[in-house]
Amino acid sequence: MPYDATQEARRQIEICNACRYCEGYCSVFPAITRKRVFTDGDITQLANLCHNCRGCYYACQYIEPHEFDLNIPAVLAEVRTLSWEKFVWPGVFARLFQRNGTIVMLMMVVAFGALFAMRASDDSGRFYDVMSHNVMVAIFAPLFVLPLMTVFIGLRQYWQHIEGAPVRMSHMLRAAGMAAHMKDLSGGQGQGCNFEIGDRYSNARKWAHHAVMYGFFLCFAATAVATLMHYVLDMPAPYGWTSLPKLLGVPGGVLLTTGAAAMAFLKTRAERNLGAHNTWGGEMAFILLLLIVAATGLVLAVAAGTAWVPVLLALHLGAVLTFFVLSPYTKMVHGFFRLAALVRDAQTKDHKE
Amino acid sequence: MTSIETLSTVNWDVAVVGGGNAALCAAMTAAEAGARVVILEGAPKPYRGGNSRHTRNFRCMHKDPLGPLTDSYGEDEYFDDLMLVTKGKTDENLARLAIRTSEACLPWMERHGVRFQASLSGTLSLSRTNAFFLGGGKALVNAYYNTAEDLGISVVYKAQVKHVGVNGGTFESLEVEVAGHPCTVQAKAVVLASGGFQSNVDWLADAWGPAARNFLIRGTPYNKGVVLKDMQDQGAKTVGDPTQCHAVAIDGRAPKFDGGIVTRLDCVPFSIVVNNAAERFYDEGEDVWPKRYAIWGRLVANQPEQVAYAIIDAKSLELFMPSVFPPVKADTIEELAENLGLPPGRLRETVDAFNTSCRDGAFFPTELDGLATEGITPAKTNWARPISEPPFYGYSLRTGVTFTYLGLKVDETARVTGPEGRYENIWAAGEIMAGSILGQGYLAGFGMTIGTVFGRISGEEAARHAV
Repeated sequence: MPYDATQEARRQIEICNACRYCEGYCSVFPAITRKRVFTDGDITQLANLCHNCRGCYYACQYIEPHEFDLNIPAVLAEVRTLSWEKFVWPGVFARLFQRNGTIVMLMMVVAFGALFAMRASDDSGRFYDVMSHNVMVAIFAPLFVLPLMTVFIGLRQYWQHIEGAPVRMSHMLRAAGMAAHMKDLSGGQGQGCNFEIGDRYSNARKWAHHAVMYGFFLCFAATAVATLMHYVLDMPAPYGWTSLPKLLGVPGGVLLTTGAAAMAFLKTRAERNLGAHNTWGGEMAFILLLLIVAATGLVLAVAAGTAWVPVLLALHLGAVLTFFVLSPYTKMVHGFFRLAALVRDAQTKDHKE
Repeated sequence: MTSIETLSTVNWDVAVVGGGNAALCAAMTAAEAGARVVILEGAPKPYRGGNSRHTRNFRCMHKDPLGPLTDSYGEDEYFDDLMLVTKGKTDENLARLAIRTSEACLPWMERHGVRFQASLSGTLSLSRTNAFFLGGGKALVNAYYNTAEDLGISVVYKAQVKHVGVNGGTFESLEVEVAGHPCTVQAKAVVLASGGFQSNVDWLADAWGPAARNFLIRGTPYNKGVVLKDMQDQGAKTVGDPTQCHAVAIDGRAPKFDGGIVTRLDCVPFSIVVNNAAERFYDEGEDVWPKRYAIWGRLVANQPEQVAYAIIDAKSLELFMPSVFPPVKADTIEELAENLGLPPGRLRETVDAFNTSCRDGAFFPTELDGLATEGITPAKTNWARPISEPPFYGYSLRTGVTFTYLGLKVDETARVTGPEGRYENIWAAGEIMAGSILGQGYLAGFGMTIGTVFGRISGEEAARHAV
């Protein structure tokens, strides 16, 4: 019989359901105990609920060389990636970028080159002299909206596959609360996960993820505010250091840069065989892409008015463009699916209580 | 990692033989008292921790709510519970010492890295008496090894102690094989915490009879009792019945060793159990399962080939914890018999006879409901419902050995007794001496209590002697 990740995950989860020692670590194990029979949809849901904290792996009596050979973090990571490839159209893109970091980086270089070639000849150091605002919007708006639509169509398919119920506000709020605190990276008691220092607990990954997530939100908010200022208030950039876009964007950029750098570092420290075996490069490239987006954005803010702007702007926008276009096909989708899984988890808890 | 050279050249203050809970508690306590300590763990690193790896909780006395424990659990009630399972086969002094000291152990364990959690689902009945480890026993073992490392304790894996060198009542050195290479380890004191002999199938067969070769061993394959036997051969005093082991009925498809918790099967009270001739042989509904699984270990051991089969129908499938392997399933009793390798006609007759003896009445799966058979031998005295609703399911049952009772005799300072009274510098903790307290039966979470209490005592005493 050919290897089937979902079937392998089912074999492992049925062993977990007879043990249940890991109930206290995260949302995955209580969700397992609410079932006796695991459909493909159940396995997919559990896989997306798993945050790869690895607490269960180090606590497990049945890891290799035991004949049960459990490795829950790895098999769920594998099923998780496969589910994104399955639900986000077209799957061939997802398979390409999830698994291949070099391609992701290459995309960025191409985007940078294209944008650099498109720049106006003016070297004044002012953004819109380099590329007019309208051109930027014309390029970015569809490239932002289309990937987002792709992700949402994928989420709908996911929801059907896992047989999710109609979503209530209370489920959304609970899921958002779990995500906001990264509850499932806390090890169940706030001691953290087992990512970069083996069977010792650490909160480093949780804090790094917080920095990335909240940094990203701040940067996003900065962009949104700036867009409103541009179109509604007729206040085009550049904005001063005390303006709202800068007040949001600069701390956001700093958080995102440091968070992404920390995530990349931790990833080099973690045991590779506890994640999906063929996506390490793709994940690393995604983190580096985030890092480049944030770092070039910060440098641009500082370099305004200098001759470095054209090349920096092309690099920054190239990275941003790559980030958005590839978002349905990179690790970026994990955020959407994770949130959906948390909403579903809130529903099933409700149902059981 | 400590090299063989370091191991054999250093004159250690305290050598700890074994690498489970009791060994670690002893090592940490001795190191905190200033001793230079080495842990000799016979297993390779992935299997370190002996049977502590498979545990999940700690039975703890407490006057007020303590950590995850609710209400209170006093010394006398705890002791009564022990008397009930051991039927009096205990040393009251040592037992009460373990019970009284357990209360101070819990915060000590937390300080040494153990995390507790609320009772696991399906174990609410233990929330007052037993503190559950977050992630189970292996997480506890990991935490202790990390703390041991922080305390500067040397750990050697695959270090199998072959002989404890004793001269005139005084321990002198250990003969050890590290990954097959022999070496001698010098230490001023030794703590023996290397478990029982339950994974030594030859010894089990000697003690129990040839049937023991068909038993499954629920825990580590590394508890071969080498040190226990070596001490016994040198005249060390022992306690506990040398022929007995704690055995329960488990899933017959479990691995020979190390199947652990998942191989339990809780279906017996809702089933009929037959031997390989498809005959029933005991009252399946005598009592709730936690009070009967040990009896069934023995019952199955006495059947031909040491195997039995529990048969249920569709209406009972979800009344018990899921099994680690899916049950054998069939739409008819005959087909199920074929799949299980039982004589189909005979199983049909047994099921029919049982079904005819069932009577109407209220069925309550979680309590003794008195729903008994009539006019059949053996009777089923509770939860007797006809096996009539397809699909039908079958599980094979085998005897799974948890631990052995034979142990070294110790005093209240955990010092081992030799042929001429107490040894000068040999202490013991954990399963290797638990027979002193637990002479029969088992009390959930009490093995970890004995290991922790006597591990700490032996570590303290050994360090006091050495430093």
